[in-house]
Amino acid sequence: MPLSSVQTSTRIPPKWWFACAGAVVVTILLGVCIGAVGISPKQTALELLSHLPGLSIHSNLDETDSAIIWDLRLPRVVLALVVGSMLATAGSAYQGTFRNPLADPYLLGVSAGAGLGATVEIVVFESPVRWSLPVAAFIGALIAVSLTYALGSSSIAGRSASSLVLAGVAVAALLTAAQTLVQQRNSDKVREVYAWILGRLAVAGWSDLALVAPYVVVCTVVLLRYRRVLDVFAVGDEEATTLGLPVARARAVIILAASLGTAAAVAVTGLIGFVGIIVPHTIRLIAGNSYRRLLPLSIVFGGVFLVLADIIARTAMSPEEIPIGVVTALIGAPFFLYILAARKEGSLV
Amino acid sequence: MNTVLTSTAMRIENLGVRIGNRQIVQDVSLEISSGDWVCVIGPNGAGKSSLLKAIAGILPSAGTIQVNDFDLSTLSHRDRACWIAYVAQAPVIPPGMTVFDYVMLGRTAHLKLLASESDFDLEMTNYVLTELGLSEFATRQVASLSGGERQRVTIARALAQASPIVLLDEPTSALDIGFQQEVLTLINALRKEKKIAVISTMHDLTTSGIYPDRLLLMAQGQVQVSGSAIEVLTEANISAHYGANVRIINDLGRPIVVPTDF
Repeated sequence: MPLSSVQTSTRIPPKWWFACAGAVVVTILLGVCIGAVGISPKQTALELLSHLPGLSIHSNLDETDSAIIWDLRLPRVVLALVVGSMLATAGSAYQGTFRNPLADPYLLGVSAGAGLGATVEIVVFESPVRWSLPVAAFIGALIAVSLTYALGSSSIAGRSASSLVLAGVAVAALLTAAQTLVQQRNSDKVREVYAWILGRLAVAGWSDLALVAPYVVVCTVVLLRYRRVLDVFAVGDEEATTLGLPVARARAVIILAASLGTAAAVAVTGLIGFVGIIVPHTIRLIAGNSYRRLLPLSIVFGGVFLVLADIIARTAMSPEEIPIGVVTALIGAPFFLYILAARKEGSLV
Repeated sequence: MNTVLTSTAMRIENLGVRIGNRQIVQDVSLEISSGDWVCVIGPNGAGKSSLLKAIAGILPSAGTIQVNDFDLSTLSHRDRACWIAYVAQAPVIPPGMTVFDYVMLGRTAHLKLLASESDFDLEMTNYVLTELGLSEFATRQVASLSGGERQRVTIARALAQASPIVLLDEPTSALDIGFQQEVLTLINALRKEKKIAVISTMHDLTTSGIYPDRLLLMAQGQVQVSGSAIEVLTEANISAHYGANVRIINDLGRPIVVPTDF
């Protein structure tokens, strides 16, 4: 190997990939076999493998257990994987393009917009159809981000990153106020609205997954392709321009992809906080600040983190479920503080 | 590599910068070719940094900037960066970034937007680091280096960019006299060896008279005087534009600027 490729810390060492693959496989297995009805990991693995084409494996699970795995647990686990991965990736991308460690996927008003959309839907539709809540939340989120972008990059405000962030704050405040107003005037629906706001994976089915997956896949691929560009953003807009980066255009694409993916994710699962901040920062503390490491690792460990959080959410106070958003904050924050305190002298943040 | 084989000439005509309704830079014209070092001096707020930023393409400007007879304003940021590298007065040091990765950012202009660095870009980065004696720092974080080492690293990034024109905004402002000399000697050697055209700003008048070929004295956004150090650094010029009382000592054709009392 030439000396120079050893010296760059922007590449992921090949053996890390084995660890990533291992983490994903183990997490999926745990997510599927832990629950009210215990199914052994071995049987779970056999059951999952038995559906792979070309393998003649039989798990001798009865039909009920098989249905629990395929219709209840697996869609929920896969949805958590996909949504966690999207939130962590979008968080990383926002932090990079705004050069702000506190940026999260909700920075430009996605959450407030989705919240308003969901609240309006819950209030307006007496007997909602299965897909109307996510669609309303999705539309609300997109309107919020478009509004932020239109205000923040208008000629009056200038086109700097900070004017976008400020516009996001204003739009979020406005839409949250509107949401509170709608909610307050329909106080009989408060419980339902809160259930959505705190995040929910419980009702996940394959159809929810089908709704988010296309957006998440496309947005993740786009963001992944911009990983080197995010490293260039680290020197600030002016210097990045003189290095030859089309700053405004690159930022617009990154924001669009991160917002669209986040909007799709929250539309289905509600507002799951903390994943977009905790996961990228934990990875930074371990693997360094380069987005060429951070982005792929966020995709993997954002998903892993949310599946593990969901296991806790549905088992800790079983048969009651704790809202997933509460769990991510409850385990995420102390874990992050631990990492922060334990990091080595001269490490990367 | 990195050597500019063909000669480059940049011509700036009637360059103006306007921010809001304030004219920051007005009617600046300047010519520079490969291997030249032009240094812009002037009191605070004279428009020196704005001039450099306009040439670098960060500030919008009026007038024309031509390199080898074609207009820079028609180029994309990426193509422009292939001609001109810029080292800011206080470069942003990204937390946690290693020296190697920071210098490798200089290769951005030579990559398509969504491409990764090739082996050539990695080798180029290594070559520049070796040449500036920075190899031992390659895996250190830029933020952990001393001021002088850091300045060498930012210059290394500009060299990795391999542009025939390099703009340096106050390259020595944060350095003690030892590092100042080290950095200026380095810039001087590089521009001669690699035929790079250098435009810098500088605060210290005596130092500005040592290496640059020509000085441009700016005040109120305009070029007031230009020429050799002996021609520009006169007691009358400095009194008129800085409002300072100085005495000039001619040290074998090199002016030394000494402040005096009233």
